[in-house]
Amino acid sequence: MGQTISEKIFSSHVKREVTAGDILFTPLDLMMSNDASFPLVLEALQKIRGYTLKEARKLVLILDHYCPSPSQEVSRIHEDIKAFAHQFGCTLYAEGEGVCHQLIPEKGHIRPGHLVIGSDSHTTTYGALNAFATGVGSTDMAVAIHYGLLWFKVPLSIRIELNGNIPKGVYAKDISLHFIAKVTSRGANGLAVEFSGDTLGKLSMEGRLTICNMVMETGAKAGIMPADEVCRAWLKGKGITDILPVTPDSDAAYAREYTFDISSLEPQVATPHQVDNVHPISEVKGKKIAMAFLGTCTNGRLEDLAVAAQILKGKRIHPGVVLVIAPASRDVMLEACNRGYIQALVESGGMLNAPGCGPCVGALGGVPADGVNVISTANRNFIGRMGNVKASIYLASPATVAASCLTGEITDPREFL
Amino acid sequence: MGIAHKFGDDINTDYIIASKRKRDTVDPKKLVRFLMEDIRPGFGGTVQPGDFLVAGENFGCGSAMEIAPMVVVGAGIQAVLAKSFARTFFRNAVNLGLLLVTCDTEQITGGDELALDLEQGLVRNLTRRVEIPFQPLPALMKKIVQAGGVIPFLESDEGRALLPLL
Repeated sequence: MGQTISEKIFSSHVKREVTAGDILFTPLDLMMSNDASFPLVLEALQKIRGYTLKEARKLVLILDHYCPSPSQEVSRIHEDIKAFAHQFGCTLYAEGEGVCHQLIPEKGHIRPGHLVIGSDSHTTTYGALNAFATGVGSTDMAVAIHYGLLWFKVPLSIRIELNGNIPKGVYAKDISLHFIAKVTSRGANGLAVEFSGDTLGKLSMEGRLTICNMVMETGAKAGIMPADEVCRAWLKGKGITDILPVTPDSDAAYAREYTFDISSLEPQVATPHQVDNVHPISEVKGKKIAMAFLGTCTNGRLEDLAVAAQILKGKRIHPGVVLVIAPASRDVMLEACNRGYIQALVESGGMLNAPGCGPCVGALGGVPADGVNVISTANRNFIGRMGNVKASIYLASPATVAASCLTGEITDPREFL
Repeated sequence: MGIAHKFGDDINTDYIIASKRKRDTVDPKKLVRFLMEDIRPGFGGTVQPGDFLVAGENFGCGSAMEIAPMVVVGAGIQAVLAKSFARTFFRNAVNLGLLLVTCDTEQITGGDELALDLEQGLVRNLTRRVEIPFQPLPALMKKIVQAGGVIPFLESDEGRALLPLL
């Protein structure tokens, strides 16, 4: 029997052939932790007598969830993390550099075939670069950086085939919400998702990162895409050329296979309070909104800001809407400045936050009022997610969010494109 | 023995402990009073050590942050019983030595008195006088839970034997 991409990646790391269901300890290529999870990693490390951080050079620490710091407590946490990174020689991206799941690919930390953990669930994002990347907890992270290995169950895989041209007004976020609705929020629990189909070739790396970010919302352990020409060219732009793409064998075994025709898709919206409560825009348009959020590790990238700026340029947002913008990284923000996107967004009435997670997790920078509907480009719409249990969160593409800002109600972006 | 506290499907980690609460402290003892606050206000103040959390499908979905199972451990919960668990919650619980039982929880209602029989793989519902079987964990995971978590396991002789893999 042939192997899936996941089985091949685990096999290459333990240097023997393994199969889905095997439980093993394996070395890793990269570990990522951030200011939300690392305090717990430090606590877990205290349980290891005389910890040495053998693998500190593989550890990347990122301050992104609570930036700029909203409290003395957070400032202390930030100082602790910086001191730790300095002491052990870890790579550090400090406040204002951006969201972890943007920075790790953007700064060239990922290669095809890598086995990566992050103490954050949306670590699945890096699978867009043909790596196996998964979210773990803080004890896992402590074990990985001290012992240099971690236990895993090699997952079964499911295959999601995306076919057809991407219609106008439809983006990677809409494609993601569409397959999440079908697979459901727990349909891929503990499984790896392998993506295939001709639609992938029509997606930019940014769109692919969005999809592999959102795949987490099916419960998936990882979401992996092939390393095609688009991927190779993107890596080459970061000076990474010596890559070995991992492809599945033609007779690899999949637990389930799904096929989606993207060519007839319309914009999608996830309605409160589950990410798999997905409806086509035609069923939810007209819903009043009072807040909009453009940003996050899902949709805070350059092409996301570009489409929002295209829709809002030269117009004013509805007076009843508060629009908060948080670019996914400093580089994204600078390029968005150079290209005039930030100017267009701010002139239209948007408020600009520093790069970071902020409002997505209710940490800072935009907490909705009671009874308010929010339309957001984030990946989760759980009760209380943005810091107020009495708010309702709708998830959509940057284009849908921007169009909705103009009208004050959930709006089909195709009316403005 | 302990009392069952029943919850539904898809109890995510933000419900177990809200993100805004873990911003300023990650001390489980301080966070226990906020356990499940967004979906059952006041719950954290009433739950007793030795009690059980009982839920439907996909318990612990959402964030991979270990604070969620840590607060459950901090509340003295004896075990979490659910029809299924989200993978990150599951592995965090194994790593912390928190007992998770995957079983049919339809036969348990809130307030029932439960006892676990790990030898026989049975949940005994003493209130309703029914026995619910469950599948034991795979061998390696069981060893980790029995050791009290993955760190104690790796510090044991059996765990150390795995380290030359590097």
